[in-house]
Amino acid sequence: MSILNAQVRADVRTELAKLAGPVRLVVFSQELVAGDLCRQNEALAREVAELSEQITVEVLNPAIDRERAAAYGVDQVPALVVEGARDWGLRFYGIPLGYEFSNLIDALVVASTGEPALSEATQTALQALAADVEIKVFSTPT
Amino acid sequence: MRLAQHMSVASDRVRSTVIEATEFPELSRAYRVLGVPKVVINERVEFEGAVPEADFLGAVLKAVETA
Repeated sequence: MSILNAQVRADVRTELAKLAGPVRLVVFSQELVAGDLCRQNEALAREVAELSEQITVEVLNPAIDRERAAAYGVDQVPALVVEGARDWGLRFYGIPLGYEFSNLIDALVVASTGEPALSEATQTALQALAADVEIKVFSTPT
Repeated sequence: MRLAQHMSVASDRVRSTVIEATEFPELSRAYRVLGVPKVVINERVEFEGAVPEADFLGAVLKAVETA
């Protein structure tokens, strides 16, 4: 059974027409830790990928692909990394549905363009950062 | 929380993680998440609710201020 209904799929397909280049969803799944959630997360990633030829999906197990997980800084499952021409630092822990689903689609688009919708002043300030910044955003689907 | 994501793309220094609070109750408890969205930056600065871009940037800059 599909996670996304026909209307959502149509809307997302339209939104994903904005993709400026290839993007990759790197899915972290670990059956023994959170089997059901990981399977749903993986299924969601594959459904989204069906809506654009620009999207590919790779599934990793952090218990097996330890070096990759460490390199991405992923220490939870289910998790998703959204990558464009490079890893921009876009991570999702948990299944991004509801409000988070629109964030996922937005993340795919901005990862493909590499052009954030931020003011010049904000971008200048961020590019001048002298230390790493880790932003956690706690959210819920509704 | 699009601002966090766009900030990630704007700077190699910034990483953003959207966390589904109900699926990660231990993390939510550890960060005392009572309402969403809740933003935590570098374990130093936190706020709840949507804020304008300038305020979000201010929080990021505050989080990296040296003591």
